[in-house]
Amino acid sequence: MINTKSLEGSQMLEINFGPQHPSTHGVFRMNVFLEGEKICALKPVMGYLHRNHELIAENLPYAAVMAYTDRLDYFNSMANNFGYALAVEKLADIEAPERAAYLRVIMAELARIVNHLMLIGFLLNDLGAFFTPVLYAFREREKILDIFEEVSGSRMMCNYFRFGGVKRDVSAETLAAIKKIVAGFPAFLEEFEALLTENEILCMRCQNVGVLPADLAVNAGITGPVLRASGVNYDLRKVDAYGLYDRFDFKVPLGKKGDVYDRYYVRVLEMRESLKILEQALAKIPQGDILNKKALPFLKAPRNFKPAVGEAYGRIESPKGELGYYLVSDGTPQPWRYHVRAPSLINLTVLEDMCVGQKVADAIIILGSIDIVLGETDR
Amino acid sequence: MKEIEFFVDLIFVNAKGWCLDLLGHFLPDWTVVLVSIIISAVVIMVLGPLVMMYLTLLERKVIGRIQNRYGPNRVGKWGLLQPIADGIKMFTKEDIVPAQADKIIHFLAPVIIVIPALMVFLVVPFGERMTAVNLNIGLLYFIAVSSITTIPIFMGSWASRNKYSLLGGMRTAAQMISYEVPMTLSVVPVIMMSQSLSTNTIVMTQAGDMDLHWFVFTPWGLVGFVIFFLCAVAECNRPPFDLPEAESELVAGFHTEYSGMKFALFYMAEYMNAFTLCGIATTLFLGGWQGPLFPSWLWFFGKTFLLICVMIWFRGTFPRFRVDQLMGFAWKFLLPLTLINIPVAALWFFVPEQLAWIYSVPILAVSLWGLVKLNRSFVPEKRIYPLAD
Repeated sequence: MINTKSLEGSQMLEINFGPQHPSTHGVFRMNVFLEGEKICALKPVMGYLHRNHELIAENLPYAAVMAYTDRLDYFNSMANNFGYALAVEKLADIEAPERAAYLRVIMAELARIVNHLMLIGFLLNDLGAFFTPVLYAFREREKILDIFEEVSGSRMMCNYFRFGGVKRDVSAETLAAIKKIVAGFPAFLEEFEALLTENEILCMRCQNVGVLPADLAVNAGITGPVLRASGVNYDLRKVDAYGLYDRFDFKVPLGKKGDVYDRYYVRVLEMRESLKILEQALAKIPQGDILNKKALPFLKAPRNFKPAVGEAYGRIESPKGELGYYLVSDGTPQPWRYHVRAPSLINLTVLEDMCVGQKVADAIIILGSIDIVLGETDR
Repeated sequence: MKEIEFFVDLIFVNAKGWCLDLLGHFLPDWTVVLVSIIISAVVIMVLGPLVMMYLTLLERKVIGRIQNRYGPNRVGKWGLLQPIADGIKMFTKEDIVPAQADKIIHFLAPVIIVIPALMVFLVVPFGERMTAVNLNIGLLYFIAVSSITTIPIFMGSWASRNKYSLLGGMRTAAQMISYEVPMTLSVVPVIMMSQSLSTNTIVMTQAGDMDLHWFVFTPWGLVGFVIFFLCAVAECNRPPFDLPEAESELVAGFHTEYSGMKFALFYMAEYMNAFTLCGIATTLFLGGWQGPLFPSWLWFFGKTFLLICVMIWFRGTFPRFRVDQLMGFAWKFLLPLTLINIPVAALWFFVPEQLAWIYSVPILAVSLWGLVKLNRSFVPEKRIYPLAD
């Protein structure tokens, strides 16, 4: 909390950025105290989009929750599905067959590319560019969303994963289409970077702004690209090697200073690494089942799915950070306790540390570079 | 052939002349003078909003193309009626005044902002003998009147009682006053060369050499032109200097609390300012209406719209400056450069031309290099990112 007593009689200006503001990426509020244009104190206020996600899930059969996880981080529902599927599979001890596991990796990496495209586009919008980077990013995102639509029937709320597999098989044509996107993507990235990476104004605005020191990032539990931009080598795909990630050859790009520019560029590099993973996965994907035999009966009758008493925590490296699902089963068809570790929420906790002492304009881009989605923050 | 060219060149001037001749047959002389003034006034009053309307369309079309899309193309052929549809929408919108606002000043601000924007049109030479009022202090008049714009913007932002507006207004005051200094100084070499403040005389001095004896083709002219143009972009609050509006930071800056027609008036003033500033830049450095082959007014509008397209291009590609960087750019970079540019222009005046080239190019190049070095306390780093396993 901000100590308003100490501010009494000062010349400070209190402004609420949000909940209706073009650059808070949803209904998020920043209570900011300004001295001129300099930020003296900042308090993030969350909860405007709270919709009781966890309690709803505790009153539904396990399978029905999958569709709700789509709505957490609505830019990459594929990644959300992945985390939840992993948690339930741990709880019930089911494993996805090989082909399904490959499909999961492909979809998760495509989702990562979509997310990073959106982030960079909107970060530039926060910087004051007039929608040009966003629209270029949207052009590429559109191609990937078409793939999502083809495999799952929906562009954004995919609901594609199932316990022990995925919902539908993917045809050879779709795989060829994904291959084509992957092959064409580096050219787009070159174009995008030519516009942005060495742009003088972008460098001036982003370098040495919103520095997040590595020790603070670790202490605050920051994960994902924000942590890696501060130079900490922690990527769950390497640490946990969930799914099939230990079979692919890819690197983890690290930043040096932990400023906004590093957070931007680490994401560009991550997209390149995702492309590597996609290339390998598309080359290696085998034929076979897409759903574990053990899980098949529960697809038709979800209320028969009663995992044994116990608990499980499934986590993945979502594009925003560590996305974890904690489940406690009491042997009934519903989870007894369901908790989401939302990276958007936890990454927001260091917002004030990064913003104090900077200008108003910097606070906006720092918020943009953290990459939050309010659906996930507020749940 | 020559006669046809002359006829096309002066078609608008002659049209007005014929009208006045016709009236002169059956009206007293003083009414003819009055009618002459009224015709000029009406032309300007129509031209200003018309230019503004189609500038918005041009901007949306050009930005659309920059961004891989078509831009407006539903209302009329190629979206040509889009500005009219926008106008109707603006007129029919509810006019909202905040309860806590200072109602009178809140109302006056958008009205006052349009007046200087229209007044500036008086001294812009649209073509040969096509200046509404041939003031002998035209340039001074332009600088004085266009700087009034700061006040209504600040009035609007203060009267709105909105903190975003307030921040926007503060930024406007700081920005516009800062940028007026280098802008005014960048004009000085032009005045020295043409030895006049009249916009018409300035254009006349740039005649000769196939009508391509423009000031921009000299070293001091080029530097002056670039500085003037950058300041012009900042003066009419266009990206990358659009801090007073700063959509992503201040919602809409100084016009956050304006809606309907009042908002449209702010918008109109902004676009008319953009047009007149580009027009004056053309007049001062790009030879105004001078140019071979085509009629004079076509040259003027062609050059002006070219400059406006550059402004639109800026908007389509650049992110925004931060407020301290913006101020630093005006005071630490543009101002010293203009101060160096003035003696260089003086040198040009007294020294034979070839020798002057030899002197002025190195002086300007070295000072530009030095200023860039001094200003880059922070050089954009080239960073190399490690890839861990």
